Amino acid sequence: MRFSLSQVVWQGLKGNVGWRPQWPAAEPKRAYEVVIVGAGGHGLATAYYLAKEHGITDVAVVERGWLGGGNTGRNTTIIRSNYLYDESARLYDHAVKLWEGLSQELNYNVMFSQRGVMMLAHNVHDTQSFQRHIYANKLNGVDNVWLTPEEAKDYCPPLNIDPSARYPVLGAALQRRGGTARHDAVAWGYARGAAQRGVDIIQNCPVISIARGADGRIKGVETGRGFIGAKKVAVVVAGATTTVMETAGVTLPLQSHPLQALVSEPVKPVFPCVVMSNAVHAYISQSDKGELVIGSGTDQYVSYVSRGGLHIIEHTIAAINELFPIFSRMRMLRSWGGTVDVTPDRSPIIGLTPVPGLYVNCGWGTGGFKATPGSGHVFAHTIARGEPHDINAPYTIDRFKAGRLIDEAAAAAVAH
Amino acid sequence: MLLIRCPYCNDELPELEYSYAGEAHVDRPPDPASLDDEAWRDFLFVRRNPRGLHLERWRHAFGCGRFFNAVRDTATDEVIHTYHAGEPRPDLEKFDRGAS
Ligand SMILES: Cc1cc2nc3c(=O)[nH]c(=O)nc-3n(C[C@H](O)[C@H](O)[C@H](O)COP(=O)(O)OP(=O)(O)OC[C@H]3O[C@@H](n4cnc5c(N)ncnc54)[C@H](O)[C@@H]3O)c2cc1C
Ligand SMILES: [Zn+2]
Repeated sequence: MRFSLSQVVWQGLKGNVGWRPQWPAAEPKRAYEVVIVGAGGHGLATAYYLAKEHGITDVAVVERGWLGGGNTGRNTTIIRSNYLYDESARLYDHAVKLWEGLSQELNYNVMFSQRGVMMLAHNVHDTQSFQRHIYANKLNGVDNVWLTPEEAKDYCPPLNIDPSARYPVLGAALQRRGGTARHDAVAWGYARGAAQRGVDIIQNCPVISIARGADGRIKGVETGRGFIGAKKVAVVVAGATTTVMETAGVTLPLQSHPLQALVSEPVKPVFPCVVMSNAVHAYISQSDKGELVIGSGTDQYVSYVSRGGLHIIEHTIAAINELFPIFSRMRMLRSWGGTVDVTPDRSPIIGLTPVPGLYVNCGWGTGGFKATPGSGHVFAHTIARGEPHDINAPYTIDRFKAGRLIDEAAAAAVAH
Repeated sequence: MLLIRCPYCNDELPELEYSYAGEAHVDRPPDPASLDDEAWRDFLFVRRNPRGLHLERWRHAFGCGRFFNAVRDTATDEVIHTYHAGEPRPDLEKFDRGAS
């Protein structure tokens, strides 16, 4: 069923009893050409583009829990592409361009809102580093402009630019094409689009291990619901990546950390854009439901608990109150955590592995939601052709051996 | 918040007293010049990331200031054992309760 205004009116008149499930609950077949492990946004987008752009529809997406229940459903949905390095600008801007047409492409409202992402500078280092980003972005055709504190307040009226603040605002970098999207809708829209083209989406089916033949090639996956054969297996499981990949004998430079977020009680529209501050470590926007959506930092240690320490969110709230004193009496409704897989250079790994037929897309850490469409698009190309797309060619596992890092960690310290 | 026992102060204190310092028992290469690229990658970038028992370094930053090692279960965040820096790697079978 295509979604449209006339459908909404027509179904409404019929008492809204005519809506059908948007994708079937598939049972696993014995074998597929491609098995994608992990039904987060990246895995589902990969399945969608495999079917749509490469005509490969004998595909299953196998998910441990429920679709979109990983980091895709837990993130603060900040979308931007003003990264420093050429490789990053190409990858993330590819995604932003796809975001711009995604609701039409999927016939699904992903609520992509280009309300602008403003990054605050609080010290000389921030100021110099953001201005360097702005020039580098300009060379790569990515929009990003410098704002004075007054211009920043104009763009975001609740901002406190009092020079006597503990961390005064010295200026800001603004990417106007950046913004937010509805996280669940992205997963659902890709799931529906993939299923319409013949992809099986199999939930409640954990992959226990990856099976390889005597020749070393991929045979399939051992799951909680039995063995599923596959010519190619693509692993897209974020924080669980090392636990799955080690069953195929592949070691990756990843560490899994808790990352938390929280939302306030809903209020009327008060916050027009996205604001990030790397120095005090807080980022905030307001959802269409009216909740303030606030992102925190990672815990230092490796953990799979998806919880994180309370002191981490306390620190974030302290920073938010300093930047936006009007929020000091807001009540918080919920907080939660995800498990993010972090690489040493804070850039992802997207591509081939030493095992023939096994592909991996991981290491998105604290900032991969924004890349969902672009990541799925280039990863599908990689799986279909057996070689990377131009855009993800630099994102190899080998870069850690070659020393050719894409060091956004050094460039920005945080990468949401 | 984790509860961690400093094996020097012999006191169980909240995580805020401490700072994390990565995987324990990662030795510096004795002869760096002899390492090939793969060995350098492993030393610089590859760390264990288990779902289960993990050996890790902590520093009692707001106490005695000393580094020590801990055994923590990354599936529950429980700190199971702490011991002095320089002591040998403990036998993990002793702590594995078949959980996770
Ligand atoms: C609190 C928080 C805030 C964030 N904020 C932002 C932000 O503002 N902007 C941004 O760009 N990014 C942000 N991120 C990061 C972003 O959420 C992730 O990078 C992105 O969603 C990863 O998508 P994914 O599809 O790769 O992973 P996921 O959505 O985590 O999907 C992986 C799936 O694999 C499944 N899986 C795991 N193991 C197995 C197995 N053995 N078998 C089968 N399935 C398995 C999981 O259940 C999960 O559904 C944030 C993350 C968190 C946690
Ligand atoms: Zn001590």
